[in-house]
Amino acid sequence: MGETFAEKLLARKAGLAGVVPGQIVVVQPDKLLTHDNTAAISKKFYQIGVERVANPRINVIVLDHVTPAADEKYATNHQVIRQFAAEQGIEAFYDVGEGICHQVLPEKGHAWPGALIVGSDSHTPTHGAFGAFAAGIGRTEAAAVMATGNIWLRVPHSFRIVIRGAMPPRVTPKDLALHIIGDLRADGADYRSVEFAGETVRDMSVAGRMVLTNMVAEMGGKNGVIEPDDKTRAWLQGRVTHEYEEIHADPDASYERVIEYNVSGLAPQVAKPHTVDNVVPVTETAGIPIDQALIGTCTNGRVEDLAAAAEILRGRHIAPGVRLLVLPASREVLLQAVEQGLVSDLVAAGATLLNPGCGPCLGAHQGCMAPGETTISTANRNFKGRMGAKEAFIYLASPATVAASALTGAITDPREV
Amino acid sequence: MQSKITGRVWKYGDDVNTDVIFPGKYTYSVSDPQEMARHALEDLDPTFVANVQPGDVIVAGKNWGCGSSREQAVTCLKEIGVGAIVARSFARIYFRNCINQALPIAACDAVDGVETGEEVTIDFAAGTVTTPRGTYTFPPLAPEVMEILETGGLIPYVQKQLGVK
Repeated sequence: MGETFAEKLLARKAGLAGVVPGQIVVVQPDKLLTHDNTAAISKKFYQIGVERVANPRINVIVLDHVTPAADEKYATNHQVIRQFAAEQGIEAFYDVGEGICHQVLPEKGHAWPGALIVGSDSHTPTHGAFGAFAAGIGRTEAAAVMATGNIWLRVPHSFRIVIRGAMPPRVTPKDLALHIIGDLRADGADYRSVEFAGETVRDMSVAGRMVLTNMVAEMGGKNGVIEPDDKTRAWLQGRVTHEYEEIHADPDASYERVIEYNVSGLAPQVAKPHTVDNVVPVTETAGIPIDQALIGTCTNGRVEDLAAAAEILRGRHIAPGVRLLVLPASREVLLQAVEQGLVSDLVAAGATLLNPGCGPCLGAHQGCMAPGETTISTANRNFKGRMGAKEAFIYLASPATVAASALTGAITDPREV
Repeated sequence: MQSKITGRVWKYGDDVNTDVIFPGKYTYSVSDPQEMARHALEDLDPTFVANVQPGDVIVAGKNWGCGSSREQAVTCLKEIGVGAIVARSFARIYFRNCINQALPIAACDAVDGVETGEEVTIDFAAGTVTTPRGTYTFPPLAPEVMEILETGGLIPYVQKQLGVK
């Protein structure tokens, strides 16, 4: 019997001939990602009673949640992290303005096919888009990884999701991800490794693939993965400078479920408040008035996302009374968007450009809502109270749908503008 | 860890996410566990903090703790004295955070047999949750995971492993 991606990778990392789902393995992660929570993690690290991190080369720290610091408390938090990185000799430290951890980590060459990445952020599965095994963990275990260099992982059962068909115009990987979550539900892939395959995934850009693996967190998955190909290798060229060995699932691997979707008839999708699996075609929400529109986050803050929005908003202006916030996912994305004229298109159309970061998505920094307000966002979560007031409403959609809605002032089908 | 826990129940539904257990707006502004406890379940049940008693047990539906990896969503409940959480299923990172913070958990359908204010007894050795309307069984944790829980959480476990303190 062949091995799934998760079985093969975890067996190799654990130094075992083979593993079975449910088995506990102790492994050494290649990378440990932490963000603004590094200050709290460093406190737990010192609480353990060791002085030095086991291997500073695995640490990747990106400040992105409340950047630049909103007040003295956050500033002190950042200061503690800067000191910790310096004291521990952690070179992969990315300060305010570099971007969202899930964009910066691969951009700076810390994700590669066959890598084992753990991160103290639930959207760590994003890095599976590069053929890595990437899973979210908590703060205490991030501190334990710093102290020991290793972590226990349960070998997951695997799903294989096969996507076929060509994406219709103005239908995007985000719409596909929402559709899958609406179908499988918020716990549909709880503790599962989710492999995405099929011609549609092969045709997708690297940025589009990152949307799928990012959203695995919203179906409960432990990790999501896409088999590396020439597109992956081209993207990583010049970023990852060391050798790596790709890990591919065996063709005769055993899956708990194989699920097929065909996107050729897919409409733009919207997740309604207050759960990500409350998904309907955009047509069912069309006309709901909005106060704010947000384009960005670790799900949809990349160049192709800003381009999709600019394509709709270029030479036009957002509706009166609507606030459109745009946050590029990283400095690199921002620079490309400037060079391509996307920033001027969006700002001229009425957008407020924020620095690369992820604060508004979790109500931690900028873009919060007052009671009774509604935001349509490209983010990945619409939980009650997530963007400020618990009496506010969050709809999730693609950059095209968010841009079209900002244009009209109400949720709008992007195929109609 | 006690092998048997009896407590008064707070019953909740499916897919309770970490944002309503511990709101994201506090994740970087609140660092003291006692202060975290004051915001426990703030956006789910505003009556909880004022009325919870040490040793009370949360009994919930499926996918308890979905969403963010924030460990404060476990810390706030542990700090306020919640004795255990019983849910039909747990979101993965939440499950890990409970083990690492030594907050006992059991995955079974006890939510079908109990209402808020009634009592349940969790027997970790037998793998059972006894409710007023039936007994529910849950699978034992893997021995490696049980060891972390029994040592009092991941920090004492790592200290033991590294031979510090």
